[in-house]
Amino acid sequence: MSNKLISQMGLPSSLANVFSARNILTAKDALSLPEFDLMALLDVDRDQVRTAVARISEIACPPCRTALSLMEDRALTGGYLPTRLLGLDRALRGGIPFGALTELVGPSGIGKTQFCLKLALLAALPSSYGGLNGRVIYMDTESKFHSTRLIEIGRSSFPHIFNSEGMAQEMAGRIIVLRPASLDELTERENERSTTGQKQHSCHLPLSFLKSLAEFSQIPIVVTNQVRSQNNYEVVHYPFQGNTDRTSCMLEKLESHLIASLGIQWAHAVTIRLIFEAHSGQRFIKISKSPTSPAIAFPFLVKSSGIALLSDEGLEVTGSEMSTIRCEGLNVLVEGAEPFPHLGC
Amino acid sequence: MSASIAMAESSRSGAHALLDGAQTAWDMLSEEQMQKPITTGCEELDTILGGGIQCKAVTEIGGIPGIGKTQLGIQLAVNVQIPVQYGGLGGKAVYIDTEGSFMVERAHQIIEGCIADLFEKFEHRKQSLVCPYILQPNSFLANIFYFRVCSYTEQIAAVNYLEKFLEEHKDIIVVDSITFHFRRDFDDLAMRTRVLGGMSSKLMRFTKKHNLAVVLLNQVTTKFVDGSFQLTLALGDSWSHACTNRIILYWNGNERHAYIDKSPSLRSASAPFQVTSKGIRNVTSNCKRVRMM
Repeated sequence: MSNKLISQMGLPSSLANVFSARNILTAKDALSLPEFDLMALLDVDRDQVRTAVARISEIACPPCRTALSLMEDRALTGGYLPTRLLGLDRALRGGIPFGALTELVGPSGIGKTQFCLKLALLAALPSSYGGLNGRVIYMDTESKFHSTRLIEIGRSSFPHIFNSEGMAQEMAGRIIVLRPASLDELTERENERSTTGQKQHSCHLPLSFLKSLAEFSQIPIVVTNQVRSQNNYEVVHYPFQGNTDRTSCMLEKLESHLIASLGIQWAHAVTIRLIFEAHSGQRFIKISKSPTSPAIAFPFLVKSSGIALLSDEGLEVTGSEMSTIRCEGLNVLVEGAEPFPHLGC
Repeated sequence: MSASIAMAESSRSGAHALLDGAQTAWDMLSEEQMQKPITTGCEELDTILGGGIQCKAVTEIGGIPGIGKTQLGIQLAVNVQIPVQYGGLGGKAVYIDTEGSFMVERAHQIIEGCIADLFEKFEHRKQSLVCPYILQPNSFLANIFYFRVCSYTEQIAAVNYLEKFLEEHKDIIVVDSITFHFRRDFDDLAMRTRVLGGMSSKLMRFTKKHNLAVVLLNQVTTKFVDGSFQLTLALGDSWSHACTNRIILYWNGNERHAYIDKSPSLRSASAPFQVTSKGIRNVTSNCKRVRMM
């Protein structure tokens, strides 16, 4: 929309010529400038600029839809990929939603990849077995995809499907595994602004691409994220909260010593965040950010059939605990963690 | 001779235009008192806001991810539609979604919660005040006009286009979030400030001209102040002057709170609120959270 050409917008030709003479060719060029700057640049009076900008805006503006029509569309496409974990599906009102970005974050070795493998299978399954009968693109940046494990999960969870002739090949054949070597390869875009090189910019290239992709094609997109340690300067409060007890501040900082990577901007951008963490001798999947669910944590195990919840009821989580990531009592940060963690807790 | 008359006339009409837009403080007071605010769903929050979100003002609401900004935005887009007979404005909402966080199923859930609470509240009046067909979730959904904006160009275009769109009666504009597309892509921060300034003054003009409320949801960022990092709303210092009122949503222990950070007419105060399956509500005294069904 922002790249629409002004020459094709039906402006009076004299005005259109002035725009192109000053190298203002797309809607983006015109609307990035304040009105006053446009007047000065084009040397036309205010009324003409206003009419032109109004016309450009009308065309560049996305179409208006009522929430009712959105709802009707949603009813047609189905809307969710059920995870087959009853408690989680119930809390998420169906499962992983279409058209939105779902993030799985947690320390390495905790079970995110296992979850992803199961989801990939569920999406590929025929609809008669509760799947989406679709194809899956699996972007494996850390070389963690093991097809042996995938087949094992399939055989364990759906023996009647996978043991029949050729089905394993069919299902596995629907999953395409891509191994991009770098961020640029992922987005296939030359980084013209490589000189600015700020971390925030590079983080958003795949982000807006992923979000637009999810919405226009109405498919579920799941991303996994790593964690990093929180340093002592990690901020907790607003200025008006200034008089909090210093000791309780320190305690908060010591306890929650892991946070998700990519910072607060990324955290704003994802629609759903599922935190995988470990404490009290168990592993938990915690719904940390979701428009339809309060924060609930479900204890889980990794089995040969993938992830299994130990309880469908889940524990309510409140306050700042919703966004903390705990990793206690589980030796998951060790180098070279085993690829098939058949761990019981 | 005729040129100077023409000039004198045009300057007089210019002066008239300025004077026509002026009001005495007394007239403004009467207007303000008659203007119904939009309830947030939480009584305590309404109280510190002077009844609710004010029309004819731009209110900025900011907070960390997951605190409930979008929830509050959707709640306001629903509550503005509460019929006049039930104590509301009977209005319509424009929802500009820049992040894709608007989930229509959640809006449907909030609408059902709102309708259920209205019936419960007015149950003692035996006669039905409004024909039942108006209080259907679908009619509420039909009155939320949704724009999905994918770049800052589209965001600017949408705000410009609203000038024409608002000729048909609307009562609230929610922009969720105002920040998203402006935090990246803009290398020239000075230009960003000017563009944002233009957008905010346009929105402010809408509130006066069309008598509606504008609610802008904002993200947070960190600022290094006095030797330590602090949380603050995004888009910088010059943006912070653009809004009439500013509310910050934050965690106070295990409870969500709203704090009035800046307002020309409201005192700085804090109120607790809860996000339930029905939407934004008061914190219940026994602290039992509503479980999702």
